Amino acid sequence: MPSQKTVPLQLRYLAHARSGDKGNTANVGLIALEPEWYDLLVKQVTLARVRKHFKGMVSGVDKFELPNLHALNFLLHDALDGGGTISLKTDAQGKVYSTALLRMEIPVPVAVARKARKAAR
Amino acid sequence: MTAKVVRIAGGQGFWGDWLEAPVRQVRGGPIDYLMMDYLAEVTMSIMQKQRSRNPRAGYARDFVPLMERILPDIVAKGIRVTSNAGGVNPRGCAEAVLESARGLGLAGKLKIGLVTGDDLLPDLDELLASGHELRDMETGRPLSDIRDRVLSANAYLGMTSMVEALDRGAQVVITGRVTDTGLTLAPMFHEFGWDPEDWDKVAAGTVAGHIIECGAQSSGGNLLKDWRSVKGLANPGFPIVEAHPDGTFEITKHPGTGGVVSIASVTEQLVYEMGDPKEYITPDGVADFTSIQLSKAGKDRVRVSGIRGGPRTAMLKVSIAYLYGYKAVGTLVYGWPDAYDKARAADRILRQRLKDLGLEFEQILTEYVGVDATHGRLAGPPSPDLPEVQLRVGVRGTDKEAVGRFTREIAPLVLTGPPSVTGFAGGRPQVEEVVAYWPALIDRTVVESGVRVEILEA
Repeated sequence: MPSQKTVPLQLRYLAHARSGDKGNTANVGLIALEPEWYDLLVKQVTLARVRKHFKGMVSGVDKFELPNLHALNFLLHDALDGGGTISLKTDAQGKVYSTALLRMEIPVPVAVARKARKAAR
Repeated sequence: MTAKVVRIAGGQGFWGDWLEAPVRQVRGGPIDYLMMDYLAEVTMSIMQKQRSRNPRAGYARDFVPLMERILPDIVAKGIRVTSNAGGVNPRGCAEAVLESARGLGLAGKLKIGLVTGDDLLPDLDELLASGHELRDMETGRPLSDIRDRVLSANAYLGMTSMVEALDRGAQVVITGRVTDTGLTLAPMFHEFGWDPEDWDKVAAGTVAGHIIECGAQSSGGNLLKDWRSVKGLANPGFPIVEAHPDGTFEITKHPGTGGVVSIASVTEQLVYEMGDPKEYITPDGVADFTSIQLSKAGKDRVRVSGIRGGPRTAMLKVSIAYLYGYKAVGTLVYGWPDAYDKARAADRILRQRLKDLGLEFEQILTEYVGVDATHGRLAGPPSPDLPEVQLRVGVRGTDKEAVGRFTREIAPLVLTGPPSVTGFAGGRPQVEEVVAYWPALIDRTVVESGVRVEILEA
């Protein structure tokens, strides 16, 4: 395959997301806005990138794939300052960790970036 | 012949959810069952505290006046209710609903199925003595470390006893700590007579339960995708499962209600609080969320099929709550110009005063709401021209006196700290008890031998 020119694009243009908590772990479910973008998410939203994105905020990250839902699930360990009732954080239950992941940039083909940005307008 | 369809409506997603929802579910169109989930992880400990002050309390009190509103409808229409509103006192809850029913002239017309046996607190020392260590699933510590601070201990029960209650004619089933998914599974197994070891059916009912257990969160509430296009949320339609005997089902909502049921709305709920998607473990079985197939089946209607599952595990989860310590959170609002700098200066002054007073805490956490409270450093540097910033400082520790003294150090900043400060009209922050959650596992046979189903009549 010929190499495609890519540009960095924030995940908010490619995915929607919801997060929740299990104890001191937050989960972020990342869902492709278009089914055809799922493979791009699998390939580019790597564990290494997510770990770097949340560096200093979480102790570890796990990644799971749900091709049937065009979704990825990330577990962000020790993300909630103790979690549940112990945490002093505004977002003690990790409800908006989902949108924190959507700030991340990944490299995407120029044509995809153009389509995704246009759809967001 | 048309195949049988069983309609199970979600009525409450948590203790404190929208009070009108169950009423509108009952009156807004045909349903066969109304399920209402009331129990979050630490709810049981709050109820335990209430029961220790009043032996008749200890359940979701809102449930009784709510049932009083809908009892005439559900009796007239034959709608059945499953709910874990019983908390740590399901008997007290059931008796209160029976009293309401009698007051409404429904004596002789209502049977309540009461499920007990989830409460392990009375047996805790015996369990520990006989070798059940009840180690924290996250940290591995044995329960004996905190035994003297335990406030409640409840096993998560599955659907079995609720199916029995429905089989024995209960119109309303009231339980303590059963899983939220069990409240949906039980009607399906009762109606279709499925084998409880048909693991694909268990998984299908579990997924259906997961989709409706958080109320409108699967039907347009808290939906991120195209959120501006979600209309009518002043009257959100709560989700309804339309289940078929083959284990497939549709998710929909009553006509004329707001919100939306779409592949996006259902998918966002499916990934909510997800762990390993191949192993969604409940007391009734293990569901594989990577097998779920969704398709659009009409306006506000999503078809769910293909679900596979595996056998239940030998252990049940136990939810234990214990007194951890105390916390308090104080806030002040600093205004333009230099709002963020003023708030930061106030935080430095506050911390110096706490130090000078010799107060010690396990943690002091400062957040600047409007700058970094939800996304931390990912939010980037704030605009130099912010109109206002809320300083939010929390402390947590085991010394109640120290936390109490902290609550008296917020208001003085108004006249003794940086300028342009407001937002303190709420008064001194409250000292809160921190009741923490201790998840553990126990051999299911130990619990199941003590589970009872009783049928009570109005």
